[in-house]
Amino acid sequence: MIELADIHVTFNSGTPLENPVLRGVDLSIPAGQFITVIGSNGAGKSTLLNVLAGEAAPARGRVTIGGRDVTAQAPHQRAALVARVFQDPLAGTCGALTIEENLALAAARGRRRGLRAALTPGLRARFREALARLGLGLEDRLADRIGLLSGGQRQAVSLLMAALVPSSILLLDEHTAALDPKTAAFVLGLTREIVAEQRLTTLMVTHSMRQALDCGERTIMMHHGRIAFDVAGPERAALDVPDLLALFERSRGERLDEDALLLG
Amino acid sequence: MSLFAFLGALELGFVYALVALGVFLSFRVLQFPDLTVDGSFPLGAAVAASLIVAGLDPWTSTLAACAAGAAAGLLTAWMTLRLRILNLLASILTMIALYSINLRIMGKPNVALLGESTVLSPLAALGLPGYVLTPIAFGVLVLVLKWLLDRFLGSELGLAMRATGENPRMARANGIATARTTLVGMALSNALVALAGALFAQSQGSADVTMGVGTIVVGLAAVIGGEALLHPRTVALATAACILGSLVYRVLVALALNADFLGLQAQDLNLITAVLVGAALVLPRLGRGRAAA
Repeated sequence: MIELADIHVTFNSGTPLENPVLRGVDLSIPAGQFITVIGSNGAGKSTLLNVLAGEAAPARGRVTIGGRDVTAQAPHQRAALVARVFQDPLAGTCGALTIEENLALAAARGRRRGLRAALTPGLRARFREALARLGLGLEDRLADRIGLLSGGQRQAVSLLMAALVPSSILLLDEHTAALDPKTAAFVLGLTREIVAEQRLTTLMVTHSMRQALDCGERTIMMHHGRIAFDVAGPERAALDVPDLLALFERSRGERLDEDALLLG
Repeated sequence: MSLFAFLGALELGFVYALVALGVFLSFRVLQFPDLTVDGSFPLGAAVAASLIVAGLDPWTSTLAACAAGAAAGLLTAWMTLRLRILNLLASILTMIALYSINLRIMGKPNVALLGESTVLSPLAALGLPGYVLTPIAFGVLVLVLKWLLDRFLGSELGLAMRATGENPRMARANGIATARTTLVGMALSNALVALAGALFAQSQGSADVTMGVGTIVVGLAAVIGGEALLHPRTVALATAACILGSLVYRVLVALALNADFLGLQAQDLNLITAVLVGAALVLPRLGRGRAAA
């Protein structure tokens, strides 16, 4: 179980550029749930992920993962609990390192690193097996620099890396947005397979309403730093993209009304 | 060039290969431009020479020199990480401070080691002249340290260090404490440079407070020149390139100084260095341009 309680994040706090990005977000995610997150630019989707990963420090509120309060923990301290794939395919891997070295980095996520050899025959066999499922022939290129791969291939490897060792939550930040449609579909298909197989608790930010409804079992929409709506179950199953837009309009309208009431 | 001059060039080449390996760690692996080395090279020399003159055995003195270098690297890294001073600037501050500290350690601008027992003294028992044995001994030491460094960079911690320089955000997301790997890497880098200083002082017979000037340029010349020669694709080749680069650089300098028709003299050393580094930076690019055309 992952819980966000009354999370507030403000960028450039105390300056003329002060920007409240999250304004009181409450969210609880049961173990094994796959949630999709939508919202317009600046709604706070990425910041929400960064709060979970520890890269954005909330000014107020509490983050607990599996009952442990991790609010004050730096990203590397909670890496055993949090796995993530970035939007930029270059961000999740080290271009100058080989494919196997990148996988070895991920295989030690959240563990103490010592002077043991990072690569062993056992690990290589495990990596070869993991890469084979991609069907890209990467299992025969373990010693190639990962910088030689295309963006889509790198993103697929990033996804494997994130799922290589267990985590309490997998964060996907528009991880198919920078890819061409065919590659994006491939990476998304892989995502659904891996999440289902390992029953991973997942938070996936997406810019596509279609994707948001097709994947996972719950969808939340962010707007102006708050959760505008949160749908799951039969209600969500009945929704189509136009309904989602209508829901968005309605929730926005209600917010406006609320503000109007406050001002009045 | 005489055999004597050639062996002298090899000896210097092997000593500065240690500087090159140190600069490779900071500059290439951690991507941390570190000028501390201009201070940690004479620091190693000053600590080793002063302790030897004070009567300590040369091995312990050399080890103490490495520890002092590591401390200098830690200081620079700490200023960058905790005090948030720009890395280049932090290293310049350490370098400047070390000038005074080195004078304090030696108590005077230079310390002579004439007649003192050094780590090279046992070689005299082998019966061959020092100018033959010293380069061989340094060569063996450099190869052993290269092998150890390769092993380290292939370990879990070493891999974490390489990820820290290459992609710190990804490193942190994978649970790597990037501040810690930076501290360890900078300590290791400057320990290697201080070791070079300690060995240089013992083979040349003195430590001098000004001997560090331009250490970073010579180190970079070796790293960049070696890369231009070998185009390394693996860590083992990259460290080999550092050593090769250092040797080639010293031999080229010796050739330039010995070529009478050029009329170059010892005071032209820095000019030759600048030309060689410039050539190492530009020539590979020219080669690529022609291949692409």
